[in-house]
Amino acid sequence: MAKAKSNSIATPVLDTSGLDGLIKLLRDKGYQVIGPHRADDAVVYDVIDSIDALPAGWGAEQSPGRYRLRRRDDDALFGYGLAPQGWKRQLYPPRQKIFGASRQNGGFAVDAPPPPSPPMAFIGVRACELAAMGRQAKVFGDRDFADPGYQRRLAEAFVVAVQCNEADSTCFCLAMGSGPEVTTGYDIKLVEVVTKDRHVFITEAGSPRGAKMLKALKTGKASPADLSAAERSLRHAGQQQRRLDAAAARALAANPEHPRWDQLAERCLSCGNCTMVCPTCFCTTIDDVTDLKGDHAERWRKWDSCFTLDFSYIHGGAVRTETRSRYRQWITHKLSTWVDQFDETGCVGCGRCITWCPVGIDITEEAAAITDQGRT
Amino acid sequence: MSERKRPKLAVWKFSSCDGCQLTMLDCEDELLALTEEVRISYFLEATRKVEKGPYDVSLVEGSITTPHDVKAIREVRKQSKLLISIGACATAGGIQALRNFKSVKEFIRCVYAHPEYIDTLTTSTAISDHVPVDFELRGCPVNKHQMLEVLNAALNGRKPTIPRYSQCIECKETGTVCRMVASGTACLGPVTQAGCGTLCPGMDRGCYGCFGPMENPNTAALAAQLTALGQSRRDIHHLFRTYNANADAFRKESDSHG
Ligand code: SF4
Ligand code: SF4
Ligand code: SF4
Repeated sequence: MAKAKSNSIATPVLDTSGLDGLIKLLRDKGYQVIGPHRADDAVVYDVIDSIDALPAGWGAEQSPGRYRLRRRDDDALFGYGLAPQGWKRQLYPPRQKIFGASRQNGGFAVDAPPPPSPPMAFIGVRACELAAMGRQAKVFGDRDFADPGYQRRLAEAFVVAVQCNEADSTCFCLAMGSGPEVTTGYDIKLVEVVTKDRHVFITEAGSPRGAKMLKALKTGKASPADLSAAERSLRHAGQQQRRLDAAAARALAANPEHPRWDQLAERCLSCGNCTMVCPTCFCTTIDDVTDLKGDHAERWRKWDSCFTLDFSYIHGGAVRTETRSRYRQWITHKLSTWVDQFDETGCVGCGRCITWCPVGIDITEEAAAITDQGRT
Repeated sequence: MSERKRPKLAVWKFSSCDGCQLTMLDCEDELLALTEEVRISYFLEATRKVEKGPYDVSLVEGSITTPHDVKAIREVRKQSKLLISIGACATAGGIQALRNFKSVKEFIRCVYAHPEYIDTLTTSTAISDHVPVDFELRGCPVNKHQMLEVLNAALNGRKPTIPRYSQCIECKETGTVCRMVASGTACLGPVTQAGCGTLCPGMDRGCYGCFGPMENPNTAALAAQLTALGQSRRDIHHLFRTYNANADAFRKESDSHG
């Protein structure tokens, strides 16, 4: 992006107080601002009220089944990689009340819906996370089954994207074509440049409301050194250890009897962590609850996982009783049948399912093994 | 106005600490509503007033540890339309099932001045090992919301919504950062049934398995990972031998790290 901008228009930068100003401005405009925050041995996305909440100087190491916070040798605010859970939590909450209803003169009346929650502003959205939002927007935007709640939350959300300056060992966005460069889907894009004596964010508006917001802030001019630092870090973020051949992985669906499924089932805990942390996984179940009297009923929608027994329950019993068939369902949908459904892959290469799998099962490794791509 | 016929509820206690019954009393806000819907016919922890059976719903806390228990639980079953066992003791034998792995005779000899007064079985076992049970509600103790849900379902004649999946799913729902992945803490969550409300992982602890084995626990794979995290055979053995030590999957796994 820096290259495209090296024309006559000066590239604006925000310094740290400018970024703080952006957070304040968003809050003043009525947004609930959500950004990275250090809590419970990780950097998570949570409600923040100023730049002080950001994890200055904190990084994280991620590898299969392992995440560790570490001190960085600089004061980067966005140097922590990816949070354990993405923005799915905000856009598509784990529990949503669909409606409530009360018994009334022989029939029932549906409760008035609660007032809509305030619009959200997301600080620090990565390229793969933007891609994941796009995947879910497509799923929930389907003409016949559109989800108005999701669509509203997404349309209202003010997105401040941050380009990655480095990749975690579990990242493979490059292979999936979803990063590391932030190219679309943001209101404001930031590229963090941090050296001993300078800490700025090269800034770009991606929408009219982003441009308006930027105009209200005090910006400086990017120096040539800033621009080349940004270019260097983008190259750095593109150096990724993991790869996944998305085209080859489509053959997963053609290998339902591969012996690898059984080996996988020996290691897989069927715990469901992979689906919960995946920013594109969208399955839910419905819980109907009543009060003791049976006078008031509520319908709730909850995240579900294809790794549970109930997930495939149809009249008479569950269809996928074995772990092998559940893992097969998951990875095959993600990398193969999703393409049939939505004309794109269901994986954006964020690596969360690899890091947060308690036993470190690696989707890239399994896909390669099952489609015989000649690596471990 | 004549009183409408409310279903009769009985709450029974076998070998247990009373924690699950306390959970019921702990439903402060809901307790009044509950008494409007059911007639509490037998609940010694709450009231001395006792009504004869049969009962519509019986909640049974505790495990079977004496010859007297064996007879009593059959009588409870006979008197109950629905029998719901509550808590780790009633569903798996509880912490006192640790006796199943040792010589009870030895214990009695060491502990009691007059061993001849002690009349006990050599094992502590679940209610379902003795009589048919309509629903098993897990937990040590049970979770108040789940308890109300089970009663609610029983009163309304529907299936209770009690998940059998892993604790991990609950951690993710609540946004709890995984202890195992982020700090290397030993955790039984991946093989334990959800339902506690993420008490331990939410407090920087691994899951101790209070809710017993989840629907398809891969304990061997978890044990292998615990070993990789530096847990000794002995640690793993102990981890599986707590409140649900006598639940099949946990017993087998602890045995193989004996
Ligand atoms: S499948 Fe794994 S790597 Fe791909 S988007 Fe989901 S969590 Fe990320
Ligand atoms: S792949 Fe890993 S995270 Fe997913 S269900 Fe299996 S053990 Fe759990
Ligand atoms: S803390 Fe334990 S129960 Fe929670 S996600 Fe991690 S392994 Fe599962």
